[in-house]
Amino acid sequence: MDRLKTFIEDFGWPRIIIFLFLVSLFIMAPFVRVRIDASISDVLNRFGQNAIMVLAMVPMIQSGCGLNFGLALGLVSGLLGATLSLQFELIGLAGFLGAIALATPFSILFGWFYAKLLNKVKGEEMTIAMYVGFSFIMFMCILWLILPYSNPTMIWGYAGKGLRTTISVENYWLRILNNFLAIRIGEFFIFPTGLLLFVGLFAACMGIFLRSKTGTAMTAVGSNPQFARASGVDVDKMRTISVIISTFLGAVGIIVYQQSFGFIQLYTAPSPMVFPSVAAILIGGATINKASMTNVMVGTILFQGLLTMTPSVINSILQTDMSEVIRIIVSNGMILYALTRKVKVSK
Amino acid sequence: MSVQKKFSTLVSRYAVVFIFLIITVAAIPPSGLSIKYILQEIITRLGRNSFLVIALLLPIYAGMGLNFGMTLGAMAGQIGLIFAVNYGIAGWQGLVFALLFGLPISVFLGWICGLVMNKAKGREMVTGYILAFFINGIYQFFVMYMLGSVIPMGNKSIVLSRGYGIRNTLNLDSVRQALDTIFMLRVAGFSIPVITFLVIAALSIFVLWFKKTKLGQDMRAVGQDRAVAEAAGIPVERTRIVAIIISTVMACAGQIIFLQNMGNLATYNAHDQTGFFAVAAILVGGASVTHANIANVFIGVTLLHAMFIVSPLAGQNLFGSAMIGEYFRQFIGYGVIAISLVLYAWRTRKAAAEARMSLEQAPQSVEEGQA
Repeated sequence: MDRLKTFIEDFGWPRIIIFLFLVSLFIMAPFVRVRIDASISDVLNRFGQNAIMVLAMVPMIQSGCGLNFGLALGLVSGLLGATLSLQFELIGLAGFLGAIALATPFSILFGWFYAKLLNKVKGEEMTIAMYVGFSFIMFMCILWLILPYSNPTMIWGYAGKGLRTTISVENYWLRILNNFLAIRIGEFFIFPTGLLLFVGLFAACMGIFLRSKTGTAMTAVGSNPQFARASGVDVDKMRTISVIISTFLGAVGIIVYQQSFGFIQLYTAPSPMVFPSVAAILIGGATINKASMTNVMVGTILFQGLLTMTPSVINSILQTDMSEVIRIIVSNGMILYALTRKVKVSK
Repeated sequence: MSVQKKFSTLVSRYAVVFIFLIITVAAIPPSGLSIKYILQEIITRLGRNSFLVIALLLPIYAGMGLNFGMTLGAMAGQIGLIFAVNYGIAGWQGLVFALLFGLPISVFLGWICGLVMNKAKGREMVTGYILAFFINGIYQFFVMYMLGSVIPMGNKSIVLSRGYGIRNTLNLDSVRQALDTIFMLRVAGFSIPVITFLVIAALSIFVLWFKKTKLGQDMRAVGQDRAVAEAAGIPVERTRIVAIIISTVMACAGQIIFLQNMGNLATYNAHDQTGFFAVAAILVGGASVTHANIANVFIGVTLLHAMFIVSPLAGQNLFGSAMIGEYFRQFIGYGVIAISLVLYAWRTRKAAAEARMSLEQAPQSVEEGQA
C-alpha cells in the first residue's frame, strides 16, 4: 500500500487522471460508433506531427533554463526555412530537407541571441522567454508582410506582395514523411512509418547526446550550477548549447508538422503552438528541471490522444463540442501543476 | 555616487519611458491625426483603463511581481455584467449590481490565486499567467455550458440559439457608459467623464492610504524580504494572499468600468488581453517588477495608448498597410514587457554580484551564507 502511495505521488495525480480518462475514452469509443482503428491511426499521426516540438523542451529543461516558453523562436526559424524552400521551388524530399537546411542557420542565429539573453537573466527565464517569443512573433508578422517573396502560391494575389496566412505545401512536400513506407491495414488504419522513424531518429540522437560528455555536463549545469562550475564546466556555454539545440528542434518540429498537416501557417499562428508542447512534456512526467525521452513519448501520446479522442467521443455523447474547453483546462492545468510542485532534490 | 553614474542609473531606470516617448512622438506626424483628437482619445482611455492598471500595484508592493493573474478578476466582472444584462438592470445601478455580483467571485478567485502563488514562490509571474489561462478554461465552460442550462437565464436574447450558453458578443446597451455619462464635463470641445475620474482618484487615494496602514506596511516588508518579515512575526503567506485578493477585486471593478465604456462584451475573449495591456501600461510608465507608484500608472496609460492611437495610421501612411501598424503596436507592447523584465533581472543579478564582491573584500570570509 505504501509503495502504491509513493508510486502515485511520484507519478502525480494529474497524470493518472489523464491516463484513466484517455483509457475510458477508448473504451467508450465503440459504443458511440467512433472507430478505434481510425482513432489509433489518428493518434499516431498526431504524435509524429508534434513529438519533435515536444522533444525541443528537453535540452533546456536539462540545462536548468526551465520550460522553453520561447519555443516560438524555433518555430519562426522553421517557418523561414519552409517558406524559403517554397520560394526556391524545392519539391519532394529535397524540399523537405531543404526547408530544414534553410531553417538551420536561422535557428542557430536566433538560438544564440536568445541564449545570450537568457544567460543574463538566470532565474527569470520563463516569463522573459514567453514575452521574447511573443514580441518576436509580432516582429515577424511585419516581416511576413514586407519580405520580397515572389512565389505566386505564397503571396496574396490581389496585392501582389505579402505572404498569405496559410500556404499549402501540396505541390511541394505534402506528407513526404507520412507516406514514406506507410503501412495500410484495412480501410481506416495507416501506420505512418516514415514519420515515426524520423521522430525516432531525433529522439535517439537526443538520447545519445544526453549521455555524451557534453550532454552530461549540460545536465550537471541544470541540477547544480555551483557544483558544475566548480568542476570546470562552462555554465553559460552549456546553457547556450542547450538553447540552440532547443531552437533548432523547434524549427525541425514545425516543418515536420507542416508536411503532415499540409499547410504552412504564418503570422500569429506559432504562438498557440508553444503551450501544447510545454503541456505535453509535463503530462509525460517531466518537471521544470528534469525531463527524459520517456516523458516526451508518453506525454505526446497522452496529450495528442486526448486531443484526438475528446472531440469525437465526447461530442458523440454530449452532442456538443467541449474539446476546446477540455484542451484549455488540461494543458494549462498541467503546466500549473508542474509550476506549483515542490522541486524535488535530484537524486 | 558620481554624476555620471547617477545619470546612467537614471537612463537605465527610465529607458523604457524614454524609448516609448520618442517612438510615439515620432509617429504623430505621419499618422496625420490632430493633437486635439489624440488628447480626447487619451482622456477617454485614461478613464477606461487606469482602474485596471492600479489593480497591479499591491502585488508589486508585496513582492509578487506583475500580477498576470488579474485576468481572474476581469472574468468575475464579466460574469457580473452578464447577470446584470440578464436581469435587465440598466444604468449605473446595473454596474453596481455587476460589481456586487462579481465581488464574491473575485474574492474567491483571488484567494485561489494567492494559494497557488504561495506554492510557486519566485515564479509568481509565470504561474499567474498560466493560472489565468486555466481559469479561462473554467470560465468558458461556465459561460458556454452552465449558463442557460444549469443556471436559468431569463433573458433569452443573450442566450445562444441552441438554448444554453451566452452569445459571443453581448450588447451592453443598458449599461453603456452609464458611469461616464452621469456627469460628462464638456470644456473646450473635450468630453471628460468626471465621475469615472473621481472613482479612479478615490481608488488612488485608497492605495496611498493603504500603503500607510499596518497591513500595507506588512505587505511592503514581505516584498522586501520574506525571511525577515517572517522573523518579525508577519504572516507572510496570509499577507500575500490578501494582496492578491485586493488586486483581483480591483481588476473585477476595473473590467466593469472598462466594458461599460466599450459598450459591448466579447463574451469569450474580452479578458484575453486585460493582463497584457495593464502590465504593458504600468511598465511603460516606468514601473519595474519591484517598484511602482500611482504616477507610473497614469504616465503609462497615457504613453501606451497614445502609441496605440497613432501607430495603425502611422503604419498605414508610412508603409501602406494598416496591419503593419497593428502588428507593430503589439510587437512594442510585448517587447516593452520583455525589455522591462530583462532589465529588472539584469539589475537584480548585478546587485547580487556587487553584494558578493563587497563580501569577498571584507576581512573575514562570510561566504557560507552566499550559496
